[in-house]
Amino acid sequence: MGRDDFKSVYYRSVSRKVTFVIICVIVAFIAVGLQLSFGYYDVSFTESYQILWDHICGNIPTTDIGIKRDHIIWDLRLPRSIAGMAVGAGLGVCGAAMQSTLKNPLADPYTTGISAGAGLGATISIVLGICLIPGIIGQPSIIIDAFVFALIPSLVIIAFSSLKRRVTPSMMILIGIAVMYVFTAMTTLLKLTASEDSLQDVYMWSVGTLGKSNWDNVWFMIAATAFGIFAFAILAKKINVMITSDSSAISLGVDPKRCRLLVLIIVSVVTAFLVSFTGTIGFVGLVAPHMVRLIIGSDNRYLIPASAAFGAMMLICSDVIARNIGTGLPVGVITACVGGPVFLYLLIKQRKSIW
Amino acid sequence: MFSAEGSNADGSAKDQMKEEYRKYTFRKVLFMVGCATILIILFGYALTLGSHKIDFFTVFTTIGNHIMGATYQIGTPEWTNDYLVWEDRLPREAIAIVAGVGLAIGGAAMQSVVKNPLADPYTTGISSGAVLGVTVALALGITAGSIAGNYGLVANAFLFGMIPTAVTIIVSRISKTSPATIILAGVAMSYLFNAMSTLILISSEAGKIQEAFLWQIGTLQWTTWDDFPLMFIIVAAGSIVLAFTSKQLNILTLGDESAKSLGLNADNYRLLVLVVLSLMTSAVVSFIGIIGFLGLVSPHIVRTIIGSDNKYVIPAAAIFGAMFLLAADLIARMVINPGELPVGVIMSFIGGPMFLILILKSKKGVW
Amino acid sequence: MIINIEGLEFGYSSTPVLKDVTAKLEGPKFISILGPNGVGKSTLIHCINKILTPTTGTVMIDDREVKEITIKEMAKMVGYVPYSANDTFPLTVVDTVLMGRHPHSHRGSLDKDLDIVYETLEMLGILDLAMRSFNELSAGQHQKVMLARGLAQEPKILLLDEPTSNLDVRHQLEVAKMLKRLSREKDILVIMICHDINIAAKYSDEIILMHEGTVFDVGTPNEVITRENLETVYGVDAKVIDDDGMPHVILKDSYPEKKPVKIDSDIQETSETPLETA
Repeated sequence: MGRDDFKSVYYRSVSRKVTFVIICVIVAFIAVGLQLSFGYYDVSFTESYQILWDHICGNIPTTDIGIKRDHIIWDLRLPRSIAGMAVGAGLGVCGAAMQSTLKNPLADPYTTGISAGAGLGATISIVLGICLIPGIIGQPSIIIDAFVFALIPSLVIIAFSSLKRRVTPSMMILIGIAVMYVFTAMTTLLKLTASEDSLQDVYMWSVGTLGKSNWDNVWFMIAATAFGIFAFAILAKKINVMITSDSSAISLGVDPKRCRLLVLIIVSVVTAFLVSFTGTIGFVGLVAPHMVRLIIGSDNRYLIPASAAFGAMMLICSDVIARNIGTGLPVGVITACVGGPVFLYLLIKQRKSIW
Repeated sequence: MFSAEGSNADGSAKDQMKEEYRKYTFRKVLFMVGCATILIILFGYALTLGSHKIDFFTVFTTIGNHIMGATYQIGTPEWTNDYLVWEDRLPREAIAIVAGVGLAIGGAAMQSVVKNPLADPYTTGISSGAVLGVTVALALGITAGSIAGNYGLVANAFLFGMIPTAVTIIVSRISKTSPATIILAGVAMSYLFNAMSTLILISSEAGKIQEAFLWQIGTLQWTTWDDFPLMFIIVAAGSIVLAFTSKQLNILTLGDESAKSLGLNADNYRLLVLVVLSLMTSAVVSFIGIIGFLGLVSPHIVRTIIGSDNKYVIPAAAIFGAMFLLAADLIARMVINPGELPVGVIMSFIGGPMFLILILKSKKGVW
Repeated sequence: MIINIEGLEFGYSSTPVLKDVTAKLEGPKFISILGPNGVGKSTLIHCINKILTPTTGTVMIDDREVKEITIKEMAKMVGYVPYSANDTFPLTVVDTVLMGRHPHSHRGSLDKDLDIVYETLEMLGILDLAMRSFNELSAGQHQKVMLARGLAQEPKILLLDEPTSNLDVRHQLEVAKMLKRLSREKDILVIMICHDINIAAKYSDEIILMHEGTVFDVGTPNEVITRENLETVYGVDAKVIDDDGMPHVILKDSYPEKKPVKIDSDIQETSETPLETA
């Protein structure tokens, strides 16, 4: 093979991967259109974009119907769509980073105990009405408590790694599991003492929904996800090196221990942010990276943005389905019900082992 | 062949090795006997404990008399003792032992099958299946074979618990039967079934959520003698099967190719083990809810003391598991007075720190 | 390039592995480290490129203490070819070798990096494997890819942990030949851990023989590969013959493990020495 042939083959494989990412992003945007049009109050596909455009240009309609449609599209569905993209992308990216860092295809953003922490925080807020910042009640209280408690397991891991010299990926998972046990126990205790209504609220929160997104909180989700994507895009090469082995990583100039902790911190912060607003939406973070890996391989430079795009697409499509079944379901249910069988199918079909 | 001098030297080395092996085996047996002793002590102690303390001697005379067929007039102190010991505490302890055995052996077997130290009896999704079964029964009123009431719940939990396992087994037979596949399939099934349960629950009245939630917490509080026979039979049968095939379990961990060269069809045996342990776990969960951690950690603790030979790990884990659960139940009953905490919660509370300690103490790869 | 090792010691909690190792490795040169299993060869290498930190002693590269050199700087100077590679999330061969460029690469260097990767793959004869996935390769091919990755680092010092053990005879000789050529043509200090005494003897410029955690002998192959050394360090009875100026070892037999000394021979020894001193 000549040198130029060699290079062109390589560049072509790169462009194939980039194309995949672009396709995912396009599908995600199309899905946004679906999200905007379908619903209790149907608006046609093109009309929804038209209304959007009008609103952005400042042409807010004056007719009753016009105002109503503008409200539905702009105030209700659009923030929800944006949240869906942001959260899906954030979970996808964190899932990819976690799987690569922990060298474990079973990892997802919640592996190190984040979901147990967030769950405990939310339960404390819902059942006991206590917020860590005194005086705040209701939705913001749930968000704050969930966020802070979600970070605790990661803090424990970080504390451990500063005490012990070697903290391997397996140990990180184990510490996360240990913390999860304790937190789940506390959460169960609280749920035991809860009233029926509080318990229902807790369940609703834990299954994960995009229904609470509005123009106030959507910015947080966008910021968190943007930060996550940006940070991991920069770290992607180092993560690639870290996957090989700790000794190889050092010999190539990457400190595996520090890199691992850094990834953990970023995942914790981003996931905690997202989870505190939406509850623990499962499956996206686990499955999006897997599906992407089947198509474009394990190189994190492409895996990470692709997981973001795929996760966004996955979550928005799930939300479209979720919103339009009956009186609407929380999206977490759909991601699991749809994601589960799809994942099993993938497991069956997989020929070459990617892990 | 060997000179006289040589054979003496060899002989004493051989004897020395045999002696060490005997001591080694003796340690394992000693451990099991030790656990069994503690178990018996705890058992006896637990019978005396409760809202109405009964001393040791009375407990045993009451049991003895009951077996002899003595009956009492309602209201007399003897009657109270008999009732408390026989109807309230004895079944509870007996079930605790059976459950502890079932979960611990299930954990040990699962860890060998999926070659993953993080596995526990619920790895194939049994717990989420059982919860779905209960949810379906409570919220939708559908039970398998229209058996109503409590039995309906148990039947549902049992049957639905087997579904994820069946799917996991089928998936792993069709695709690569690698341990990772089994775990991944189990994870997928858990997500799926949990989602379905939640879906049903949130569309029903608020009270249903609480009912389902209360059922699912592992607790020994509501156990009666009715629960005992079925659980006992299934766990006993399963334990015997696994204990007698412990050698094959050992071979499984070597890998499929090595297994074949040693005459074991790994696929078939794995299937058998999964079916057996699912039956055992389902049986336990259907009656007392989901108690975590026991199945994961009992085999580990046992292995650190007596090594990884399943011939000893299985019975040792059984005894240890029973002892552990009984102890946890005692704590559950003593920690708040009056009343009690669910033993599942106690397990988790003990579990977390114990897990951390296990991690800290491990030199290199048990993981 | 000069590596100065002084009084190096390393142990895992209670077990000491390296005891008072002192050596000077000066390049460019092709140096082999020999010694039986468990003697500390890999540990020694890992102390040089910061994978492990010694408990006492110093390692200096060109008069700079290794402690003071960051791993990023180290990666630009020192290449490492591990004994085995991990398979969890495999990349293609090209991407794997490209990782060797990580210490040097920056924005827009992809083209130049690909050039270097191409040359390295060509040199090792594995160009046709370029787009294959790493986990589809045989053990021997794995090793060549790892070697390529190390070479792609364009190092001044190249550390190799048993790079030929999984290769067939032809490739063993090819790789050893190539490493020697590299040390000459590219001015690299090549330090190789080797199990095959004869390959090391045939191609190395210098041999470091390790025994019981420390350096037993250093020198040219002819100086170090001797019957006595082989007996002491490896516990084998061997015949060393000359082959085109380099030593070649023919193994005859292994010596039995040392048995505890019986009492009568003790008495015998003490009764002999007075005669000698007299």
